[in-house]
Amino acid sequence: MLSDRRPLLLTNARIVDPARDLDFPGDLLIADGVIREAKRGIGAAGVPEGTEIVDCHGKVVAPGLIDMRAFVGEPGAEYRETLASASQAAAAGGVTTIVMRPDTTPPIDDPAMVDFVMRRARDTAIVRMHTMAALTKGLKGQEMTEFGLLKAAGALAFTDADRCVTNAQVMRRALTYARDFDALIVHQPEDPDLVGDGVMNEGEFAARLGLTGVPKAAETIMLERDVRLAALTGARYHAAAVTCAESLEVLRRAREAGCAVTASCTINHLTLNENDVGSYRTFCKMSPPLRAEEDRKALVEALASGLVDVVMSDHDPQDVETKRLPFAEAAPGAIGIETMLTAGLRLVHSQEIPLSKLLAAMSARPAELLGLPGGSLKPGSAADVIVLDLDAPWVLDPNELKSKCKNTPFDEARLTGRVARTIVAGRTVYEYV
Amino acid sequence: MNIPPKPSYVLNQRHLLGIEGLSRADIGGLLDRAEQFVDTNRQIDKKHSQLRGRTQINLFFEASTRTQSSFELAGKRLGADVMNMSVSSSSMRKGETLIDTAVTLNAMHPDILVVRHHASGAVELLARKVDCSVINAGDGSHEHPTQALLDALTIRRNRGRIEGLTVAICGDITHSRVARSNIILLNTMGANVRVVAPSTLLPPGIERMGAEVFRDMREGLRDADIVMTLRLQRERMSGSFVPSSQEYFHYFGLDQRKLDYAKPDALVMHPGPMNRGVEIDSGVADGVHSLIREQVEMGVAVRMAALEALSLNLPNA
Repeated sequence: MLSDRRPLLLTNARIVDPARDLDFPGDLLIADGVIREAKRGIGAAGVPEGTEIVDCHGKVVAPGLIDMRAFVGEPGAEYRETLASASQAAAAGGVTTIVMRPDTTPPIDDPAMVDFVMRRARDTAIVRMHTMAALTKGLKGQEMTEFGLLKAAGALAFTDADRCVTNAQVMRRALTYARDFDALIVHQPEDPDLVGDGVMNEGEFAARLGLTGVPKAAETIMLERDVRLAALTGARYHAAAVTCAESLEVLRRAREAGCAVTASCTINHLTLNENDVGSYRTFCKMSPPLRAEEDRKALVEALASGLVDVVMSDHDPQDVETKRLPFAEAAPGAIGIETMLTAGLRLVHSQEIPLSKLLAAMSARPAELLGLPGGSLKPGSAADVIVLDLDAPWVLDPNELKSKCKNTPFDEARLTGRVARTIVAGRTVYEYV
Repeated sequence: MNIPPKPSYVLNQRHLLGIEGLSRADIGGLLDRAEQFVDTNRQIDKKHSQLRGRTQINLFFEASTRTQSSFELAGKRLGADVMNMSVSSSSMRKGETLIDTAVTLNAMHPDILVVRHHASGAVELLARKVDCSVINAGDGSHEHPTQALLDALTIRRNRGRIEGLTVAICGDITHSRVARSNIILLNTMGANVRVVAPSTLLPPGIERMGAEVFRDMREGLRDADIVMTLRLQRERMSGSFVPSSQEYFHYFGLDQRKLDYAKPDALVMHPGPMNRGVEIDSGVADGVHSLIREQVEMGVAVRMAALEALSLNLPNA
């Protein structure tokens, strides 16, 4: 930890609390790991003795981010990322809570595994770490896991990560059973047969590059099935990583029919499109693939309207052995936990989305869905806070990233805005100097 | 020693990775130069010296007979030392990656690498890791530039021009690098390009590459000047893309009846190797309007022009 737990006063800040729809110039006082006060003019006089006072010079003070899906390779793929390295990267990106994918080796599909990663995180990580548990045993898509016991052990939600449960009967039973425990089912809807050998968005660019395309229907067909099963069972269903305008239409209809479905998209699909693949850039190979610019715009609009609830990093560290290959043979995925917010700020600076909406989708909304205490600056809540310099220009140098892998699509990108300080439970865990 | 009668054409780029990016002048220049090599290739003394002292490595990650031998002969006729490597049978089997192979070969200081690989974009990836010039001899379903150039030369020699001609490319467009390179080249040179195939063999979005799409072969061939037929691989004919080779031949095999819809003097081309009785009828393949053998001859000349054009651009030329 970089500092002790002295009380901390952030003065001269722009306080943005999306959970309460607040945005005002003021000060924020933190003591004993919780937020004491957030208001105009607390001043040095009204604070306990020994308080560290930080002048924010007008920078934004906001709740720490909650990343709803990140791959951490512990256990089984520590060469890609450890709990420690993921947490360092998260802190540098303003993420104070990581929600892990359960597709580790072995997968997190029984309570002992949940316990293991939680303990290991407590010992090695500098931000809060939580995990989702597997939806089916061994991520095989056949038998549901112990939702009750896993939830009691601390699993926040149930998912087979990027794997699709293709058997509709298995999915129906899982949703039905999950409802009894009020468990959230997170599913990436993508029909693997329709994906086939596809490696990028189907269309003109795939045709030009001679690459096999992934049709949007691979996603919408499965999403349509899922929302109907969610309506049938009344379970809490969350569609992870939707990518295209057609999927948004499916979601809209489901919501209008009163179905409790929520959805997330990745920061990559929100800020990049299929053209970024350019001449076979494997760092822009994603699963599901980056779509057309119209789809990206539709996602941004859906985020602004609240149809898409959550933005996640979908952090997926891949080393050179799996990325420095011909496009079709390379592994999909990109790191993102460290750049999620700054990449998202592109949309704020281009006035595609208000700052509070973006922050809400990365903090308040995931907190609500996952039942986590963070995501707000309300007095009395945990002091997970970030200080954000909205206008700092910088160029991303992959070598400076804290993640063990450097597969970022924002390699050498010009960015505006960066995290100046990250505070977890009242302790400063990252400071940009 | 032969002295080239006209100045050679120099490509203003280090590699030849695709037709995409070549200007009309580049293509015309390469074809003019190849034209001269056609003449010298018919003489007893076919030898030139432009590539003397140069090392050319033909690196084939995918089996090939005609392209590899064509490049080998082209290099040798220009005086280069040519080495053939078929990687499918050597180190890639032992787990060496494409990049490792590139770095290893690069250390031997070749001047030109001619590369074929089964993955789209693989040749470009390799080109970024070496110091020499690279010629793409076919990457996955992406590009095969020298094939498109030799097709263009064949057309030009028989019709005197490319501009304004209607060229119908028939068959497995989805998996064909020949189709993509030809669509780009023919559009650059001002031809009208059609693609003719069942919808399962047409990549979505192909119409936006500048090709008019036909699903009925008779409509697609109507009044065409040139009919190019593509190879259909056997594994794609048994239900995965088309139900059977019989059904495919019935609707899309080039036979005389379908060819009759094209112009009376329409010319027939095929990049080889042919599946007789699948995509082309033997009578048509060997008929008077067939240019298939001439294409092979043009292949050597075009590859000589390409090798020369890049070699003149090497840093120590």
